[in-house]
Amino acid sequence: MKYLSEYRDADIVAQYMDEIARTATRPWTIMEVCGGQTHSLVKNGLLQMLPDNVRMVHGPGCPVCVTPLYQIDKAVHLAENHGVILCSYGDMLRVPGSKHSLLESKAAGADVRILYSPLEAVKIAQENPTKEVVFFAVGFETTAPANALSVLHAQRAGVKNYSILTSHVLVPPAIEAVMNDDDSFIQGFLAAGHVCAIMGVSEYYPLSEKYKIPLVVTGFEPVDLVQGILMVVRQLEKGEHKLENQYSRIVHPEGNHEARKILEQVFEVSDREWRGIGNIPMSGYELRSEFSAYDANIKFDVNIEKVSESPDCIAGLVLKGIKKPHECPQFGKKCTPQSPLGAPMVSSEGACAAYYHFSNMLETIEEI
Amino acid sequence: MCLAIPGLIRSIESRYDGMVRIAKVQFGGITKEASLEMVPAAKEGDYVLVHVGVAISIVNEEEARKTFEYLEQIGEIDELIEHTQI
Ligand code: SF4
Repeated sequence: MKYLSEYRDADIVAQYMDEIARTATRPWTIMEVCGGQTHSLVKNGLLQMLPDNVRMVHGPGCPVCVTPLYQIDKAVHLAENHGVILCSYGDMLRVPGSKHSLLESKAAGADVRILYSPLEAVKIAQENPTKEVVFFAVGFETTAPANALSVLHAQRAGVKNYSILTSHVLVPPAIEAVMNDDDSFIQGFLAAGHVCAIMGVSEYYPLSEKYKIPLVVTGFEPVDLVQGILMVVRQLEKGEHKLENQYSRIVHPEGNHEARKILEQVFEVSDREWRGIGNIPMSGYELRSEFSAYDANIKFDVNIEKVSESPDCIAGLVLKGIKKPHECPQFGKKCTPQSPLGAPMVSSEGACAAYYHFSNMLETIEEI
Repeated sequence: MCLAIPGLIRSIESRYDGMVRIAKVQFGGITKEASLEMVPAAKEGDYVLVHVGVAISIVNEEEARKTFEYLEQIGEIDELIEHTQI
């Protein structure tokens, strides 16, 4: 792996870091919502390049991390007891359920497949007409259109043996949940660039107004991140709370019209439980009733009891930015990527895994 | 899984009785299929940002090249290669 200092952009990043240090006269705490941004901040060593008074905390934007335990149990149950071909994204298969993960079901003989795209699952359904194919559809607004599209493809092709198990989550209600927590000390946000590429930015104006916080839509490359952080710090220093767009080369204010149309057609907004956080009102997508034939929850009668999380895992506090991963007593001890106690240690976008993989940087991070 | 990777549209075909445009998109040395339903203006030779098999926006060549290079440097393209082999 190469380190940031080897990049062509290293000088630009360093210049922005200097500018952040010059601008920040007081301590500020900023949250990046998106797990991809967490990954990039940690992997590129950006956290320890920031001045001491600018502290980044990591948000709940890792879809794999916030998928509730009972949903994973449900998927495991479908794979093991209903004879379905269960497909999902790679990280999702590694997350431990209350008994085991989907990959462990696979090892025990269930037909579980890692796919790059939900559209491939529709093809698998076409090729296996005697089998039921279920796609475990997780993700934020960036991923939801692709999952919705798979349902439309199945419908167009007359594929009846395809369904999705939805566990979709939305960013703006998560920001509200973070801000409504009494222990929250977040003063500004980097909003997730690719989420806004789909949805546009209009949902974020009321949030910056309501909570009086700067919100900057930001990309995920090092230069994007440091620019986004500088824009938030500038606002904080001036006492402003605006919505700004650092990632305007990708994010148009109105988002992607076609994607939003597809979302609107296939999904409706519903309450959603977030692993480690609990129920957040109107924070997810559910298939509309017109598409109930493609809803694995309706197609298969799976009654899974809700089990409680391992009491040792403080993922809820980590996902809300109240604790850092290494402040968890289990971090690197009982909980490692090889044997994870909680979901944030599994996904590459999970904060715990990011801190673990780049633990050579931990000493410096700890001082922040 | 949240990554969107830029690639070059090599060819386009229609499926589902012409309702859907699917492209062969080249990411460095790998070619994969991507749906163009969310980028109706995209044409052969354009660069698109692809997320889980669906193009979500058209990008210019310079942007595509920079982002791809970055993703390659930090080893994020491996994920795409891994999935190609499965
Ligand atoms: S380190 Fe492990 S146990 Fe601790 S919060 Fe993270 S996932 Fe949970």
